[in-house]
Amino acid sequence: MIDIQEKLKEIGPYVEAPDDYMLVCRCEEVTKGEIRKAVHEGFFTIEEIRRYLRSGMGLCQGQTCGKLVKGIVSRELKVAPTEVEPAVSRAPMRPMEMEILAEDGGVAHE
Amino acid sequence: MSRVADTIIIGGGVVGCAAAYYLAKAGNSNVIVLEGTKSIGHGGSSRNGGGVRQSGRDVRELPYAMYGIKNLWPNLSEELGVDTEYTQKGNLRLGKTEEHLKKLNTLASNAQSVGLDVRMVDAKEVKEICPYLADDIIGASWCPTDGHANPLTTTLGYYKRSLEMGVKYYTDAPVKELRKIKGKVRQVVLNDGTVFEGESIILAAGYESREIARTVGVDIPMTRLIDEALVTEMQPHMFDIMLGTAGGDFYGHQAHHGSFVFGSDSGYEVVTDMKDPSAMETNSLTLSASCRAIMSYVPALKDAKIVRSWAGWLDNAFDGVPFISRVDEAPGLILACGFTGHGFGTAPAVGLMLSQMVAGEETVVDISALRYDRFKPIR
Ligand SMILES: Cc1cc2nc3c(=O)[nH]c(=O)nc-3n(C[C@H](O)[C@H](O)[C@H](O)COP(=O)(O)OP(=O)(O)OC[C@H]3O[C@@H](n4cnc5c(N)ncnc54)[C@H](O)[C@@H]3O)c2cc1C
Repeated sequence: MIDIQEKLKEIGPYVEAPDDYMLVCRCEEVTKGEIRKAVHEGFFTIEEIRRYLRSGMGLCQGQTCGKLVKGIVSRELKVAPTEVEPAVSRAPMRPMEMEILAEDGGVAHE
Repeated sequence: MSRVADTIIIGGGVVGCAAAYYLAKAGNSNVIVLEGTKSIGHGGSSRNGGGVRQSGRDVRELPYAMYGIKNLWPNLSEELGVDTEYTQKGNLRLGKTEEHLKKLNTLASNAQSVGLDVRMVDAKEVKEICPYLADDIIGASWCPTDGHANPLTTTLGYYKRSLEMGVKYYTDAPVKELRKIKGKVRQVVLNDGTVFEGESIILAAGYESREIARTVGVDIPMTRLIDEALVTEMQPHMFDIMLGTAGGDFYGHQAHHGSFVFGSDSGYEVVTDMKDPSAMETNSLTLSASCRAIMSYVPALKDAKIVRSWAGWLDNAFDGVPFISRVDEAPGLILACGFTGHGFGTAPAVGLMLSQMVAGEETVVDISALRYDRFKPIR
């Protein structure tokens, strides 16, 4: 059980950092500062943060920034990175055109 | 740490978070929300297609669906301080056969009877509203006041704002049972034995509400079904309307950042083949079938790349409308479940009405048709 209010008190308020402007998610242009701030607003999981900020929701689906985001979130939460669960990966493995995906599983082509 | 509050809300989905927000807004911020998973909005609330529509709904739902669209959605982003991306540009429900048109006609006249502006349009008008659609569409129903929003930011917006207003949230707090004290439902017990206590208990845990309600002898007639969705890479701006089909093969819209989000029914094969229901996997059968359906209505999207697909549970009420109700045999308990795959668009109105039920006020519209005991035989 996680008491969100208690945890917010424990990690203290968001304090600006000189490298907050740094782009972490390049696909969706999310900065380090935005991610740090979101943690202090009560978003503690990667799942929540991606849904709130769109980090890891672009073309590469977080393959580039996933680890970085995890590191930033764990530092803000003052826990080990292993305690922060990564976002779930889902099909398709790589972005794929509708026309191609549409050929799978349907009526066989003559 | 206080585990006693005026109101305990079970389930941190859009319904639970909205109820918490409207309670706090009315000055009743002594509220605890218990979310079973580690993430707020882990259930259907973050997995849905974002439709905010009135058309196609059961007439029992229309009054509050309409209330929310008129009074709550327009200012929601401002109220919550989060961009909900609410877009009110209408909903086209498309038909390709006479059979389809007949179905759309019935839905439209039902909705008109309770005052909704929805009408049938012909092939030519369909093209005028949205030039990207296929040539074999022969007609559609058109509801200009329908629209869509971003379910992720909406759900998390209700959470963030209510948290700021003093609502207490617990995640990773799965509820196991309810307990009565002196005939009144008062205690909420977690899997780990922690006990919370409240005057009013709102049960908004999606399908799992059924099991939880059973612990005080109340059975809610609903079942669960999986539904799937997909999202494309960003596309140049094409249209702002919401699309659906009479055949129900898909629905969707273009989101503000350019991606198209489409949802579709998985069919029963997926549910019956599933080894572990908690895994909630997408099935390539559905993904491909969705692509075929989408391309046959919006051919311009054939080259759009799918970047992700996912699934979510529906809490299907046996007669298709939710249970928003107090329970005679279990005073203190308020049900808010059984949304049957369309509870996102109505969540603001439902959240508001739940806050009114807690306060003992009359709800903004009459919802007696949504009582839990509506299946009882009349003697
Ligand atoms: C693919 C898909 C597409 C959809 N498309 C649309 C659409 O276009 N328009 C529309 O209006 N609706 C749509 N819906 C339906 C909509 O998402 C739901 O009706 C709505 O989100 C219901 O919100 P909720 O808060 O009741 O449920 P949920 O979001 O499911 O919230 C219930 C919460 O309770 C938690 N919980 C479960 N068990 C317990 C427990 N024991 N203890 C504590 N917490 C627990 C869950 O983790 C969850 O967070 C769609 C749904 C799906 C799956």
